[in-house]
Amino acid sequence: MPKGKKDSQKAIRKPAAFGPDLDIRGFSREAAPWPSCPVSSLPEDIAQRALSAGVRTDEVDRAGTYFQIDRSAVFKGMKKTFGGKAEILSTKDALKKYRWARNYWWKLVDANMDKYTALANLRWDQGYFIRVLKDQKIELPLQACMFISRENFNQNVHNLIIAEPGSEAQIITGCAVHPNIQSGLHVGISEFYVKKDAKLTFTMIHNWAQNFHVRPRSAALLEDGATFVSNYVCMKSVKSLQMYPVAYCKGANSRVSFNTILHGAKNSYLDVGSKVVLQGKGSRGEVIARAIATENAQIKARGLLVGENEDSRAHLECRGLLLSDQASIHAIPELVGKVEGTELSHEAAVGKIAEEQIQYLMARGFSESEAESLIIRGFMNVGTFGLPDALKEEIKKMVDASIAGAL
Amino acid sequence: MGERLAILTIEDLTVKIAGKKVLNGLNLEVPEGETHVLLGPNGSGKTSLIMSILGFPSCRILSGRIQFNGTDITAMPTNERARLGIGVAFQNPPPIKGVRLGDVFRHLAKGEADEIKLTRTTNIPMEFLERDLNVGFSGGELKRAEIFQLLAQRPSFAIFDEPDSGVDVENLKIIGKAISEFLKRRSGLLITHLGHILRYVRADVAHVMFYGVIACSGEPSKIFNLIMKRGYKWCEKCPKVKRIRRKR
Repeated sequence: MPKGKKDSQKAIRKPAAFGPDLDIRGFSREAAPWPSCPVSSLPEDIAQRALSAGVRTDEVDRAGTYFQIDRSAVFKGMKKTFGGKAEILSTKDALKKYRWARNYWWKLVDANMDKYTALANLRWDQGYFIRVLKDQKIELPLQACMFISRENFNQNVHNLIIAEPGSEAQIITGCAVHPNIQSGLHVGISEFYVKKDAKLTFTMIHNWAQNFHVRPRSAALLEDGATFVSNYVCMKSVKSLQMYPVAYCKGANSRVSFNTILHGAKNSYLDVGSKVVLQGKGSRGEVIARAIATENAQIKARGLLVGENEDSRAHLECRGLLLSDQASIHAIPELVGKVEGTELSHEAAVGKIAEEQIQYLMARGFSESEAESLIIRGFMNVGTFGLPDALKEEIKKMVDASIAGAL
Repeated sequence: MGERLAILTIEDLTVKIAGKKVLNGLNLEVPEGETHVLLGPNGSGKTSLIMSILGFPSCRILSGRIQFNGTDITAMPTNERARLGIGVAFQNPPPIKGVRLGDVFRHLAKGEADEIKLTRTTNIPMEFLERDLNVGFSGGELKRAEIFQLLAQRPSFAIFDEPDSGVDVENLKIIGKAISEFLKRRSGLLITHLGHILRYVRADVAHVMFYGVIACSGEPSKIFNLIMKRGYKWCEKCPKVKRIRRKR
C-alpha cells in the first residue's frame, strides 16, 4: 500500500465536521472510460449542460480547456494562440511529468480530514492541473468542466492550480451532470498556490441534480503580494452540499476575496462558508455571501476570519433572503483575533423581503410580483463581485432565471 | 370650490392599522387643480390617511369609500392606483439595495420624460441614477430623489409627505420650486409640520386633523399662522375637537 493511504483507510469512516453524514458505500464506482476527443465534438446534451455551468465547448472567449467526464480526462489543452502562457494537464499526467508536483499534493488540504478527503485519496479520478507560467498574463479565462454521465456515480477529483510569480489568470470551473442523472456524489479537492505578485480569479459554478451530494474541499496559499478572488455560484437544487474553503494569506500584502451566491430550492441542504487566515503583514480578506432560500431549502452560511498578524484586516458580509415559510437560513459568522492590531468585522442579516420595500415600489406602479422580482434581483446583484467579463452576463442570466423560477 | 369636479373624494372612511383605529369616519374632497395642505399633531392620522389613499395592505378599511376621478378605488391595489394617476413623495423612503434609482426612473418615465432636464430641476447628479435606491442618500438627497421620481411619473394627483422636514435652506428652495412648478397644472395633497414649503407652494385649502378625522378646514395661511402662534394644545380646547374626542 502506498505511503499515506493507510491513514486514509481509517479516515474513510470519519464523518465531516459539518453537513449530513453520507454512507459513501451507497454510490457506484462503475463507469466506462470515455475516449479522448476534441472538446468541440462532445455530444450536444453534454455541451448544453456544460454551458449551463459556464463552460463553452466551442471555446469562444476561452484560452484553454480541461474536460472530464466521470473518471476520464477527455480533453485538455491550451488554445494555440495562448500556448506557452499556461499548462493544462490531468493531475495524473502532471504528477508523472513533474516530480516537484508532489510538493504541492495534499499539502493544503489534509487527506485524512474526513471520509471525503480520504475517499479522494483512496479512489482518485483525475482532476486538472493548471499552471500559469511566470509573468504570463492571460486575458481570456481558462475553463474546466467536471461532468458526470452515470446515475448514482461517485466522482472524486483532485485539482492542483499554481499561479507562478507575476502571473495573472482567470479560471472557470463548471460542474454539471447529464440531464438523465438524478443522484450521485461528487468529491472535489482543489489546492491553489498563488505565488508572489500573482493574481488568480477562480469562479466555480455548480449545476448538479436534485438528489446529488457534493463535498468540495478547497484551500489556497497566497504568497507576498498575491491576490486570489474566489467566486462560487450555485443556483440549482442539490440534495446536500457542504464546503468550507480556506485561504491562507501567508504573504505580506496578500489579498483574498470570497464571493458566494446561493439559491437553495426544493429540499436542498446547503452548508457553505469561507475561511480566511491572515498571516502576512498587510494581508487583507473579504468574504461576501448572498443566499436566497425557497421552498424547503435549508441553508447554513458560514464565515470565519482569523487574524494572526498585527497588521491585517478582513470583513465578512452575509445576507440571506427567505422566500418561503418552510425554508431557513442560518448565518454563522465567526471572528478569531489572535494578536492585537488585527481588524476583523462582520455583518450578517437574514430576513424576508421588507413589506415597506414592496409597498414603496407598488406606489411607483410596479405590480407586487414585479416589485418582488426587482428586490430579489437587486439583492442577488453580482455586479460588484470580481467576475470575469466573459462570465458576468452569463451569471446574471443564471441568477435571473433562477429567481424567475422561484417566484 | 364645489363648482369644480373633485379629483379625490373620501367619504366616511374608517381604517384600522395593526388593530388600532387610525381614521374615524373621515371626509375629504380635493377639487381638480387644487392643492390642499394637511396639518395636525403627531399621531392624528395624517400618514395613515396617505397610506389609505395609496391602498397599502396594512390599512384595513372598516367603512367608507375613496373615489379618484369618479372611479371607486377603495379596494384597488396600490400599483393600479399609481397607474390611474396617484403619485407620492414619501417622507422616509426605504433603502433598497441593488435596485438603482435609474431603474425606477425609467420604469416611471416610459421613455417620455426628459432625464437631463429633470435631474437639473431636482439637482440630482446624473451619476445618482446608477446608485442604489435611497442607500446612503443624505436627507436632502432623499427628498430630491423622491420628487425626481414623481416628476418622471407625472401623476395627476401628487401627495407630498413632509417634503420640507430635515432639509436645509438650499435644498428647500430647489424642492419648493420643483413642487410649485409641478402642481401648477395638477392637484395635490401636502403634509407639512413647520410650513416652510408654503413659502414656495401656493395652497388652496388647509385641513387640520385630530383623532382620525378632519376637524376644520380653511384658508391655509390663516390656519397655519394660528397653529404656529397658539399650538395644537389650543385647538384641543375647541368644542369641535372635544366633541370628536368624545365620539371616538
